[in-house]
Amino acid sequence: MNTIILSAIWGVIMMFSGVFVKKSTTQKYIAITGILVIVAFATIELLSGQTFFDFNTRGMIKTDVYNLSFVWIAVFSTLLYFLLSGSEIEKVGPHIGEYFALLFFIVCGIAIAATFNTLLMLFIGIEIISIPLYILTGSDKRNLKSNEAALKYFLMGAFSTGIMLMGIAFVYGANPAGSFYIDNIQIGTGHMSVLMALGLLFMLVSMSFKVSAAPFHFWTPDVYDGAPTVFTSFMSTIVKVAGFFAFIRLFEHAFGTVQDQWQKLIIIITIATLFIGNITAVFQQSVKRMLAYSSIAQAGFMLLALFALNEKAKDGILLYAAAYSFATIGLFGILTKMEDYTIDGFNGLAKKQPILAFATTVFLLSLTGVPLTAGFQSKFFMLMAAVENGNHYWIVVVAVLFAAISAYYYFKVIQAVYFKEPNLSDTSSEIFISTPFKFMLLILVALIVVIGIYPEIIIGWRYR
Amino acid sequence: MGTYFSFPDLFIWLPLLAAFLCFVINKEQQAKTIAIVFSLFVLGVSVCSLFYLNDDKYLNFNNVNYIWLKYLGASYFIGLDGTGRLLTMLTALAFPMILIATFNTRQDKPRAFYGLMMLTQAGLMGVFMALDALSFYFFWELALIPIYFLCSKWGGEKRIEATFKFFVYTFAGSLLMLIGIIYVYLHTTGRSFGDGVYAQHSFALSSFYMSQLSATEQTSLFALFFVAFAIKMPIFPFHTWQPGAYDQSPTAVTMILSGVMVKMGLFGLLRWLLPVFPLASIHFKNVVIILSIIGVVYASCIAMIQDNIKRLVAYSSIAHIGLMCAAIFSMNEISLQGALLQMFNHGINIIGMWIVIEIIERKTGVKKISELSGLAATMPVLTIFFVIIAFANIALPLTNAFAGEFLMFTGLYHYNQWFAFIAGLGIILSAVYTLNMIRKVFYGSLNAVTHEVKDISWNEKLILLVIVAIIFFIGIYPQPLIELTKESVSTLLMKLK
Repeated sequence: MNTIILSAIWGVIMMFSGVFVKKSTTQKYIAITGILVIVAFATIELLSGQTFFDFNTRGMIKTDVYNLSFVWIAVFSTLLYFLLSGSEIEKVGPHIGEYFALLFFIVCGIAIAATFNTLLMLFIGIEIISIPLYILTGSDKRNLKSNEAALKYFLMGAFSTGIMLMGIAFVYGANPAGSFYIDNIQIGTGHMSVLMALGLLFMLVSMSFKVSAAPFHFWTPDVYDGAPTVFTSFMSTIVKVAGFFAFIRLFEHAFGTVQDQWQKLIIIITIATLFIGNITAVFQQSVKRMLAYSSIAQAGFMLLALFALNEKAKDGILLYAAAYSFATIGLFGILTKMEDYTIDGFNGLAKKQPILAFATTVFLLSLTGVPLTAGFQSKFFMLMAAVENGNHYWIVVVAVLFAAISAYYYFKVIQAVYFKEPNLSDTSSEIFISTPFKFMLLILVALIVVIGIYPEIIIGWRYR
Repeated sequence: MGTYFSFPDLFIWLPLLAAFLCFVINKEQQAKTIAIVFSLFVLGVSVCSLFYLNDDKYLNFNNVNYIWLKYLGASYFIGLDGTGRLLTMLTALAFPMILIATFNTRQDKPRAFYGLMMLTQAGLMGVFMALDALSFYFFWELALIPIYFLCSKWGGEKRIEATFKFFVYTFAGSLLMLIGIIYVYLHTTGRSFGDGVYAQHSFALSSFYMSQLSATEQTSLFALFFVAFAIKMPIFPFHTWQPGAYDQSPTAVTMILSGVMVKMGLFGLLRWLLPVFPLASIHFKNVVIILSIIGVVYASCIAMIQDNIKRLVAYSSIAHIGLMCAAIFSMNEISLQGALLQMFNHGINIIGMWIVIEIIERKTGVKKISELSGLAATMPVLTIFFVIIAFANIALPLTNAFAGEFLMFTGLYHYNQWFAFIAGLGIILSAVYTLNMIRKVFYGSLNAVTHEVKDISWNEKLILLVIVAIIFFIGIYPQPLIELTKESVSTLLMKLK
């Protein structure tokens, strides 16, 4: 609750900051102050359960330790993102205050999407996330690719929103209790009515779209590639895991009792997502596009949580949120400093920028899922959840084989960084990297390693 | 002495400390010294650990157990039994030998090189001591990652492809093993920790031993674990990464790979695969033995036609490992004893072989057998050492490998005469290719390449002398090592009943 209110307020503050403060750096610091405040209040709420804004939401928002943990991870990742990439946001265009305002609104939407208790709040949360994203995607106004991406994203997004709304309507109509509350849908365990099944299917499709699960992923590479890199970083990480969180929350509470009826669909989506994400990523030459496909591939792993739908899966999605966000935010942060986005552009980075090279390696190892990194723990929990589910063990084997394939494209970058000679024609050896940026990268590395060794930092709150 | 003296901790933390120091030290050249000093220190600790064998305080496992992830029931749990002592000693012995023998090789960026080497040592030590499945998995991978960087950075021309193949093979294998670990874990009983936290399941090795899985479950789990270990050893048909990786790695790393790292796979069989899945192991033993023996004959045949010395030794290593795997799956006391003894011996011998090859390659610049000739005239000392090591490689009496292979063949013969007979072909073939290589490389007339080569220096002499001494000592008196592992073998056989 703290996060929802505060981030909305701070979004408004940021909108007006442009009027009163002319210097872009000052606006950046206002934003960082804001996110610090939000993190502080999110921490208080998580630790003590105390909220400072005691509205009667009529149970439409429901917080518990689990979704508050997630909100905390999301706002903390946003803090890291602001600190790491804040100066890049300044470079996108002249309207810095507005970019930050939109980002704060997205945070608000994430908090709603993580704590919703009715289908309406889910819809509002998802929309509050999506609409600012359309704008941010197109924020590089003079770049044709950015415009194209924004339009594509908007059209597809609007379409999926419509489908979701229709799904909600069907579920509401078919529901004997006539209620939007997700715990109240009373779907039973037997056969669903046609309307209910249709509603479920529509919601499944639209949520799959939001988290870019195959075969609803076609917008992802173009949008991620076209959007300014610094915003791609935000939407492929924090926003995406928030989508997953909402997806799982919805299906657990509303449709959990008939899991056996939709689990097969999830299996198909999972396998398709893993296949398309990993296989296509192998052939990418641009690191940015590779990361777009890798985000689809990682979504495939996150879908295992939906497949499993048990306590381990809940732990796993928290870990995934942290591990995947930290590593990808770091990688995109480094990418914004590079002049050449191709894999060859990373050649010999170790000689020019040892700290960047080291951080890149740790992030990529984490995405691959090598032990001692957070990425391992998140994959480990997902696998554990899927095995514990007890059905269809083969899906786990398929998932790890794809994880092994993912090593191929992640390691191509590591190989370029460490084992290839710098390009001679390249002048980027002059790139200037500020000390705070390096410092932030090392913090991210430290976080990844700490979570990798001791994941209870993230999931321990649930058991206290 | 205090109440507690934990060798396992020292084995892990000393190399880690050394690695840390190597990375942060100012002067590049000091890294080498740090690595050597620390590895000697680890060797000292390892020798000390042998004397605490029968002390009541240190019962079966001289162990360390810290709570790690209490909600999961995982702990940082490491300890030493006889097998562990043997293999940690091999690791402790291998590293100083390798570092001193390659003292004259100039490494580019020594800090990173020696730091990664010491990290590998920590990982290897952990694998041989882990008594908790999750710790085991962590160490298993910790040993792999530094090796990946070592090979890709300091290796030969085709290093990136060769190493990557190696990495993907082993990574895929270990992920499959991870699924197996998770499955067994979810079928263990719970475990409570001191502060009232109760975990539903446990990763402890002892819980794994008591997991009571049905025969069908064991069958599929056996496959998952076996693939991981088979890739690491490697066993036919999972061996295709190995010759390339051995050939392209810097020789110091090849020594680790072939001397110590392949033992991880064999050790995994003994510590995890056989005792956790006894029914499946017995069910599949003929299959595994046949695969191993195919590997022995196949690798020996390929070794005969190799012109590249490094590849020749790589294939000979596949053959030897195959024999050990077959012996382990024969599952009788003699064969298991032999396999354990031979794991140690093979480590020593193959490191000796690589040291000699490294010297030849460094001094002449070639690794093709056809381009070398008559080295005995210019390098008499090296020739003597190498001939002894090569004899050990073919397991002639009085050498250490004779003791090991004799036991293994006896065990295999007890199990099935035909298997023993076909595997015996491997020994004959190994004599063929090894002696042939000696004849071509060391004898004959000098040519342009070998004309002006100087003999070996003091540090190389020292290490080769140590190796030869170990070869003869164990060859004549293998009893101490057999005593060391006796209890582990009988415990294992109890579980297989």
